[in-house]
Amino acid sequence: MKPGRTDRFHVAAIAVPALWLGLFVLVPFAIVAVISLARGADAQPPFALALSWESYRLLLEDILYAEAYGNALRVAATSSVIALLVGYPMAYAISIAPARWRGVLLMLVILPFWTSFLVRIYAWMALLRPTGLINAALQSLGLVDEPLALINNQFAVHLGIVYGYLPFMVLPLYASLEKIDRALPEAAADLGAGPWRVFWTVTLPLSLPGVLAGLLLVFVPAVGEFVIPELLGGPDTPMIGRVLWTEFFSNRDWPVAAALSVSLCLLLVVPVGVLQHMLASRKQGRGAP
Amino acid sequence: MRRPLGLLAALGAGYAFLYLPILLLIVFSFNESRLVSVWTGFSTRWYGELLRNARVLDAAWLSLAVAAVSATIAVVIGGLSGFVLARYGRFSFRWLFAALLAVPLVMPEVVTGLSLLLTFVSIDRVVGLERGFGTLVVAHATLSLAFVAVIVQARMSGLDPAMEEAAYDLGARPAKVFFTVTVPMLAPALAAGWLLAFTLSLDDLVVASFVTGPGATTLPMVIFSSVRLGLSPQVNALAAILVIVVTCLAVLAAWVNRQRSAFDPS
Repeated sequence: MKPGRTDRFHVAAIAVPALWLGLFVLVPFAIVAVISLARGADAQPPFALALSWESYRLLLEDILYAEAYGNALRVAATSSVIALLVGYPMAYAISIAPARWRGVLLMLVILPFWTSFLVRIYAWMALLRPTGLINAALQSLGLVDEPLALINNQFAVHLGIVYGYLPFMVLPLYASLEKIDRALPEAAADLGAGPWRVFWTVTLPLSLPGVLAGLLLVFVPAVGEFVIPELLGGPDTPMIGRVLWTEFFSNRDWPVAAALSVSLCLLLVVPVGVLQHMLASRKQGRGAP
Repeated sequence: MRRPLGLLAALGAGYAFLYLPILLLIVFSFNESRLVSVWTGFSTRWYGELLRNARVLDAAWLSLAVAAVSATIAVVIGGLSGFVLARYGRFSFRWLFAALLAVPLVMPEVVTGLSLLLTFVSIDRVVGLERGFGTLVVAHATLSLAFVAVIVQARMSGLDPAMEEAAYDLGARPAKVFFTVTVPMLAPALAAGWLLAFTLSLDDLVVASFVTGPGATTLPMVIFSSVRLGLSPQVNALAAILVIVVTCLAVLAAWVNRQRSAFDPS
């Protein structure tokens, strides 16, 4: 018989990971919350424990932070939609490919996610610079006289996010599209609907759970992104992750950095909750069709 | 079924978008010229200079050591977590256990980095803690153990519990069942998890920048600080090596994870 829960091994199997998670995930949360209420101090480390709302008041009052939040949300939202427009045709094409190719085609989409993220963004710097490959090509073809401003602006940040998180968009879209019963679009076609009408009235509505999951999977990491706005963005592209980094490393204002962390987490609670709910209901087989 | 050409073109363009930048980076890392965007001839000179760059070599050794140790811890703790979630059914605070495990997957890296650093600083106040190798290892293990847990949990649900139950019925203690029956059957998943944890650690810039101490610089940190000073052919070569190594390990992990353990009869 299977022994009871009191067995030493069973206790250890739960206790060891639980202790680690408690010490390095739960406790850090609490410490960030505590330090977000501390006061900045000229000390080492640069704060003095207190119960002060000063950092949060600063976040609300200084327009810089509001801009960083607004910009991060806006950039993450537009990038998710662009990623959807790029990713949907890809996912759709994979889902109607011959079955024996689908695995390879999908693997080719996932692989870049496991490829060095930093290097992938770095690669775009080499392409987008005024003396980069794209501008060099455009100029030698005589299409432009002056190098185009492709980097250190909002355009490059959007491009970087779409590029970096495209796999997150294609995967759930494919999962949704692949589950659609082929008989449904075929029936619509048999009844006289043209290909576009079949797509708009049958395929697209049936794939909406994948659309929503994909949008969230791109949006959530994009909001707190640091590497992309730092390397591809310019002075006009503040984002929360980048502001947090600056507060911590350049301004050495730990309480404000902690308050930014807390507010960033609060901002992500709703989208992450929706995502979690969708994944859980999909597991139980009542979410996606 | 009709195969619409537009869709095929979109798929091809999508793959080109995903792969061309990396391929161009690798090709141009063999460019002789100091100018990164003008091709003047094939040369491995930047790789040679890289190998003579003591700062890069130190960072490479540190990165590899941190990746190896943190991946090993992540496999032990993440493996146990996946096992517990798959086999123990309901236990008190299971929801909290699962939630804490998922947090590093959804948390922005800057938040993970800052919260771990503040924790290390607090520990330092109480018992004294030098930031560097040790804090990097703990941070990276925490970051990647969730990935190992996901892989192990998925593999566990495909394993027949009858094997473990038979061992229990024959009188083996739980620890013995775990190490002589469960772990051998999980071997491919554990190996794949280790490789993925290794690549995650090797590639991490943000969390490492927060939790490291003076004198401990990892490879991504070297790339990042050089990039801020402008592109250089040496960084191109370094980035090319990093991307090739990480990609090979990820492909290997995917392949290993598809293997069936010799001990798995199902």
